[in-house]
Amino acid sequence: MPLTKQLRDELLGCVPSLRAFAISLSGNGDRADDLVQETLLRALANIDSFQPGSNMPAWLFTILRNLFRSDYRKRRREVEDADGSYAKTLKSQPEQTQHLEFEEFRVALDKLPQDQKEALILVGASGFSYEAAAAICGCAVGTIKSRVNRARSKLSSLLYVDGADDFGPDNAVRAVIGGGSR
Amino acid sequence: MDVTGQVMKDSKTPSNKQGGLSPDIQSRIGHQLRAIYDEVVRQGVPPRFAELIEQLGSAETAEEVAPKDNGRV
Repeated sequence: MPLTKQLRDELLGCVPSLRAFAISLSGNGDRADDLVQETLLRALANIDSFQPGSNMPAWLFTILRNLFRSDYRKRRREVEDADGSYAKTLKSQPEQTQHLEFEEFRVALDKLPQDQKEALILVGASGFSYEAAAAICGCAVGTIKSRVNRARSKLSSLLYVDGADDFGPDNAVRAVIGGGSR
Repeated sequence: MDVTGQVMKDSKTPSNKQGGLSPDIQSRIGHQLRAIYDEVVRQGVPPRFAELIEQLGSAETAEEVAPKDNGRV
């Protein structure tokens, strides 16, 4: 099947959400764009296996997710930078108080196990159904549901619980806000 | 020091170990997640990706179309 104009437009139309997914997953803009690029190259190379009329976003998200996971496994062995990667990416963001809250959120998001994080993003941000998310992740619908629930609970305990003294970034952000607003 | 109250506005919300989170917390998580996500979506398609798809697309189309063009010209 040739790459028709319609397919090209469909691919292009998926790029913004693919980038958002990649950035949410990896927490790093440059790496995210590399992931998107590789995803598009794979998709174009395998465009024959795409069924016209089927779910293009789900197909592309599946490719990106698999690339990210193999990449992630490799990288984890190379560099352990579990902490602060989100925060660093965000240093250049506008300086509103709201953004500090987002930064805090990203740091917490980055602490979730991969399985839970991707499930939460797919369902909670990308807007996929539980069924579509399960297909993308290659697992049962019930598994996705429980991962999303666990992700929410974990985020809630990281972000919104009283007297969470043991969460460093949380306190750091609070200290910054406290110092800045006299 | 009381400023921490501004950030943790909802600290009064009970923590719930069973995972049955309050609707308030659920919607806050959803809101923040989408805010981060949508910020990227709004950036649209960076030129490098538009070019990539354009190039690869036209390379492929050219292969298919080339014989016909030759025939016509």
